[in-house]
This record gives sequence, structure tokens and C-alpha cells, in this order.
Amino acid sequence: MSELLSIRDLTVPLPATADRRYAVEGLSYDLAMNEILCIVGESGSGKSMTANAIMGLLPPNMRPERGEILFQGQDLLKLSEPALESMRGRQIGMIFQEPLSALNPLMTVGDQIEEVMLVHKVGDAAGRRARVLELLDFVGLPDPKSLRDAYPFRLSGGQRQRVVIAMALALEPALLIADEPTTALDVTTQAQILDLIRRVQRDKGMGVMFITHDFGVVADIADRVVVMEKGLIVEQGTVDQVLNRPQHPYTRRLIAAVPHGEGRQNQVAQGRPIIETRNLKKTYRSGGGLFSAPREVRALAGVSLQLHAGETLGIVGESGSGKSTLGRAIMKLMSVDSGQILFRGQDLVPLSPSQFRPMRRHIQMVFQDPFASLNPRQTIGRILTDGPVANGISHASAAAKARELLSMVGLAENAFDRYPHEFSGGQRQRVGIARALMLDPEVLVADESVSALDVSVQAQVLQLLKSLQERLNLAIIFITHDLRVAAQVCDRIGVMCQGELVEEGPSAQIFDNPTHPYTQKLIAAIPGRNWDPTTSLTERVDA
Amino acid sequence: MSFTRRFAAHPGALIGLLLLAAVLFIAAFAGLLYPGDPWQSVGPPLLPPGGDPLYPLGTDLLGRDIAAGLAHGARVSLLIGVISTMAAVLVGVVLGAIAGFFGGWVDDLLMRFTEFFQTIPAFAMAVVLVAIFTPSITSITGAIAIVSWPPVARLVRAEFMSLKSREFVQAAVTLGQRPLRIMFSQILPNTMSPIIVTASLMVATAILTESSLSFLGLGDRNMMSWGYMIGAARTMLREAWWLSVFPGVAILLTVIAINLIGEGLNDAVNPHLRGRKD
Repeated sequence: MSELLSIRDLTVPLPATADRRYAVEGLSYDLAMNEILCIVGESGSGKSMTANAIMGLLPPNMRPERGEILFQGQDLLKLSEPALESMRGRQIGMIFQEPLSALNPLMTVGDQIEEVMLVHKVGDAAGRRARVLELLDFVGLPDPKSLRDAYPFRLSGGQRQRVVIAMALALEPALLIADEPTTALDVTTQAQILDLIRRVQRDKGMGVMFITHDFGVVADIADRVVVMEKGLIVEQGTVDQVLNRPQHPYTRRLIAAVPHGEGRQNQVAQGRPIIETRNLKKTYRSGGGLFSAPREVRALAGVSLQLHAGETLGIVGESGSGKSTLGRAIMKLMSVDSGQILFRGQDLVPLSPSQFRPMRRHIQMVFQDPFASLNPRQTIGRILTDGPVANGISHASAAAKARELLSMVGLAENAFDRYPHEFSGGQRQRVGIARALMLDPEVLVADESVSALDVSVQAQVLQLLKSLQERLNLAIIFITHDLRVAAQVCDRIGVMCQGELVEEGPSAQIFDNPTHPYTQKLIAAIPGRNWDPTTSLTERVDA
Repeated sequence: MSFTRRFAAHPGALIGLLLLAAVLFIAAFAGLLYPGDPWQSVGPPLLPPGGDPLYPLGTDLLGRDIAAGLAHGARVSLLIGVISTMAAVLVGVVLGAIAGFFGGWVDDLLMRFTEFFQTIPAFAMAVVLVAIFTPSITSITGAIAIVSWPPVARLVRAEFMSLKSREFVQAAVTLGQRPLRIMFSQILPNTMSPIIVTASLMVATAILTESSLSFLGLGDRNMMSWGYMIGAARTMLREAWWLSVFPGVAILLTVIAINLIGEGLNDAVNPHLRGRKD
């Protein structure tokens, strides 16, 4: 196989204030024509650094210290800026994570694809326009003729990513770099985009460098894999070697942390539900003036569900399915149009904010973003004690309880006097969980509470939630877009689609025998569904 | 980098701080440096600067010491600047916080009220208010406060609107904190940086407004003020330039100093904005 790209001993130093010396150190790997190389790692592992170095996107205070990036035999680090400019786009194409910010909102998609060719002075006007249509068709967009004149805001996330891919392919580059191209997309859209990238790669015989944090995606798409940790390559090899016979302990740890669709023994819930919703409805209305009808979005279209003590109910759905609205409605962070929310038989919907306030302590929430959910100006101690103090508990006993909970969620006691910015994302999420538990709630609503975390941290937080649930007999509503996570932690799963709970049942049943077509589509789209991470690890133990 | 180091890295801000410290020093010790009434005639009239070492900046039409006038005027300028700004910030923060936090008709009502003040030219309204309530240091301070709170209210409202949907504020709601407590213990501390920056610049504007009012003869008759000195000297601009130039320079330097400090504060509290200069 001919090497398309060879990275040799690439070392990029970090600014002096950073917590380690090198962003990447002694990086060496090859990418051949006609293969997909996945670079896997957690956040901060330096997995995007080479891509940025290739594209000349490194920040000005980070210059490669040594090493070379050989692209078709030429060292990119030694080339002049004009030579690099003609190479970018023409021979190396790039796909970004967030398709919306990668597209210019004020240009039609056709013009943006054409511009790539214009910049490199390729073809004449008529030829370029014909090529745009051809590309739009090639990436699987419907009706290229009318889509060419559409603005990006009119497209869905998946369609936008297809446009970005069309732009990257416009000049038929030999190397395509995809930096987390499906992370911002829904699972079904992700499956389509992965299919597309694989098809494009085969048709054009390109080399693809695919950067991701998701082992499921790796299992689906990769030919070869490079695993990175803290700026170093810990393991590289074929997809079969790395995923099924991992050698390095870090790879093994990562794979062990990958959520997989089994493991939880389903409890059979009995007795009266602790919380129950009946026919909950909510419609968002926005805009609408004198001459235009308001835009309506049905977020909840009659949702009924039950939750018992000690049970975890997963609410799964894609973005816009209304799953977060459901959580916020149960928390009474927003009003509903009609329906009932029964907590121990009492309807919460008609209660005024001040009537409901004394009851809030029974129903607590763990938020999604550990960086936004803690007040940056308050110490962890203050954050934890605020709740009990607001509920009339003395400051001293609240502080004692806070210290106790900090150790229960696995944080050092001196965290009490420190500020949120001194903690990592996973540690902050532990603080968020501790805050929710300060009031001894009976119901916990976790809204995408592990989505922002790296896979190994995610596994720890899930483990923590599970052990806390067993100790405190909590009822948990676990809202997530990730079916693999839901399968691992939930007793029952409800699948939401366009405001409706289309299917609900024990996790095993949802996974093994989904009855609703939408659920079937979701299950089929799970990345890496043909790869079982548990087998790779058990085999190793036997050997 | 710490706040102080970021602030100190800004040479303009340090110069501003030194200038303001000098003005503050003079204002604080005006009574010691120039005992007695600055309105008192002490020397021959229209003495040019340097003519007599006792009166280094010269004397005015009635033989009053210009240097003494400047020192005592610094008191009035800073006093009015600081107090009117504090009053304006207080009103602006309270109205803006209520409007931004509660939204809906409360917001509509308060913002229409704010717009009522914003549609009238600020200085014209200040002139009218001072004229109605007879010129005194209280009425001048009050008038300046009344014309300068709307931008603060707008700023605080915008900050509250964006912060109230943040997760940590929602977390406070779910914990059962009362709205007032959420406003003042969760949201307000997070809006302090832009408020402080705006307030520092408002002090400069207030000093200018006070000088303009005094120039028009609407100053406090009992207090020597820079604006009054310039206003009184304007008929003699060609014969005795020092009468108007020195108070003019005093206003210029003080306003520049405060603006530089405001700029430095802005860069120090918003480190991510500094990239545009680096």
C-alpha cells in the first residue's frame, strides 16, 4: 500500500502555563490511500492536534518543535504558506464537528460549494455549476436543483453536514480529515453520515483521517485505529486488533467504559408510583405577528408515564423529541398546557410557584452541562448548602451534610471551600449530583447528565448514580440521547418521538424486540452495534 | 493571570490610576493646601501664571487664586461624579434586574418607562431639572442620576435575561430558593463586571455634565467648580487665557484618567476580549 500521509515524530509544545509540556509528543503513524484511520481519545488527549497541524490551524503560540508531516512525500511543515494554501481544499479536505458554524449563514449552499472551486480557479462558471449539482446529488441530498439556492438555516443538521462534505469533496482531495463529524448529530443521522463517508471513501479511493471519541463509531467505520492518551500514542493497529484484543491498559480501560446494551437486571416495580404523568401536553408558540400565524412546535403530545421508588426510567429520543421538555415540566421549570403530574397522588400542575416551593425538595435535578450548572462565583460549600438553607435548615447542619455527601460522591473534603473552576468536568458533575441529594429527594431527574463527559468519566458517574440509587432508594428519570447508556442504567425505557411516548417497556424488551418502527430505526442506528466490547475484554482475561 | 496583574499589564490604566490618585489627593487635601474660601480675593486681579510665586497659576478677574479654585473644584467634580453614578447604578440595577428576571408585562412596563427617559436628550433634561429645583449640589447630583440610569437598566436587564436561563440559576429554582434570593445571590454577582466597567465610564460623563451645567450658570453658588470657572472666564478668553485653560485641562485630565481606568477594568474583567490587541 502506498503511504498517503506519514507523521514522523511530531512534537508540538504547549504554552508554559499548561498542565503538561507537549500537546502531542513523538507522534508517528501512517495513513494509506483507500483506508480509514480512526484517531480515538478522550478530551485533551491531543487527537485533533495533528489534523490542525496539517491544516495549519494550530494557534500561533504552538509551533511544532520537531518531526515531519509527509503528505505524498512532501513535508507540510516546511512548505511555504502559498504552497499550503493551494494544497488545502484541493488535496486535503476537512469536515468539522459543527456543520452550522462551518457554513456561512448568508450564502446559499450552492455558492459555498462553488466558492471552493473558485478559490482554486478550477473550471469555468458553467462547469462549476454543473459540478455543484453533481456533488449535492452525490452526498445524497434530495432535489439538488432547488437545494442549491437554499440558505444553510433551512437545512437540518444532517443535511448541513452533507453540504460540508460536498464542499470538502469538491476538488476530489486525496486526503479527507473528519474531526468529530457526527458528534453534534442525532443517532439516526449519524448512521447516515457514517454510511456516506464510507461510501465516498470507497468510491474515490481516498484516505480518511477520522477523529472521534466514540468506540462505537470506530467499530463501524475504521480500518485502522490509533489510540491517544495525554498527547502520546498508546496503541495502534487494525480495528480488529485494537477493539477485540487491546494490549495497552488504557485502551482496555476505555473499552471497558464503553456503555453496552446489557447488564442491568430489570426490577419489577410494584405498588403505587411515586410520580406519574397523565396525558401531559405542551406546545411551544413563537413568532406570529399581525399577518403571520405563530409557529407551533408540539413538544409534549399527551405523555403518560409512571415511576416507582428505586426504579430508573430512561427517556430516550433524538433532539426535538420533547424529552428535555418532559423533564423540565416535571421539575415545574416550565408550565404545561394540560395534563396532570401526580407526585404521591397530588397533582403538581395547578400549584403556584410559592405553593410548590416547599415540595421542590422531593424532586431534584442533575443538569447536563457541568460547566454551566455551578455558579462560578460561589464555593462548592455555598453551592451545596444553599438548598437546605433555603428550606429552613441551619447552616451548620447543612455544612455537615455537605461534607458527608462530598465524600459519598467521591470528592475530597477540602472541596468544600474551593470554587468550581478548580475542578474537572466529571468532578463538577459529582458536585451537581451532591447538590441534588442535599435535600434527600425521592425523585431525581437527570437530563443528559453524562452526555458532556468523556467515556471513562461517564462510566464512573453512572456507577455513582447506580450505587446512590441502591443506597437511597431513589426513583430516577434518566433523559438521554444515547441508547447504549440508557440500556446500561435503566430498568425501563420510554422512547420519545415528536412529543409522543411511542414505546415503553423493560430495557431488554426495547432492545431485543422493539415493536415501534421508530424504535427499530433508533436501535439499528446505534454505532458499533455489531461489536460487543465485553467479549474483547473477557477473552483477554482468559488468555 | 490574576485580575491585578491583567490590570497592571495595561499601561494606560496605570497612567489613569496615577492621574486619578493625584486628583483625589488634591481634592482630599484642598482644605490644607489652600485654606480659606476659594471665592475670596487674595491677590491682584488678572495676574498671569508665573507672575507671582504665591499664585503659580495666576488669579482671575476678582483676584481669586486659580490654583485654589482648581483644588476645591476637584472636590465638587469628584463628589458629584461618584454620588450621581452610585445613585444611577442603584436605580438602573434594581429596575433592570426586575425587568430581566420577571420578563413579560413587568418587563414591558419598565422598559417603556426607561425608553421615556431615553427619548429625551439627556443634557436638556438635566438643565430643565436643575432649573426647576434651583441649582444646588443635591439637585445637580439628582438631575445627573436621573438622566444617566437608563443605560445601566438596559445592560443589567440584558445580563439577567441571559443568565436566568443558565443551568445554575435553574438549579437554584429547583432547590426552592426564592426569586429575590436568586436575583441577588445567584445572578447579580455574575453581572458585576460589566456594571463596574459601565459605572467607571459614567463617572467621567457625570463630571462633564456637571461642568457643562456650571458653565451655563446652573452650578451650586456656594461651591467652586471647574465648569463655573470656565463659564466665568469665557468673556476674557483672549485677554486672560489662563482663566479657562487650567480648569479645562483639569476636566480633560480627570475624564481621560477615568476613561483609561474603565478601559483597563474592561480588559481585566473580560480577558477573552484582549486577544484582539495581542
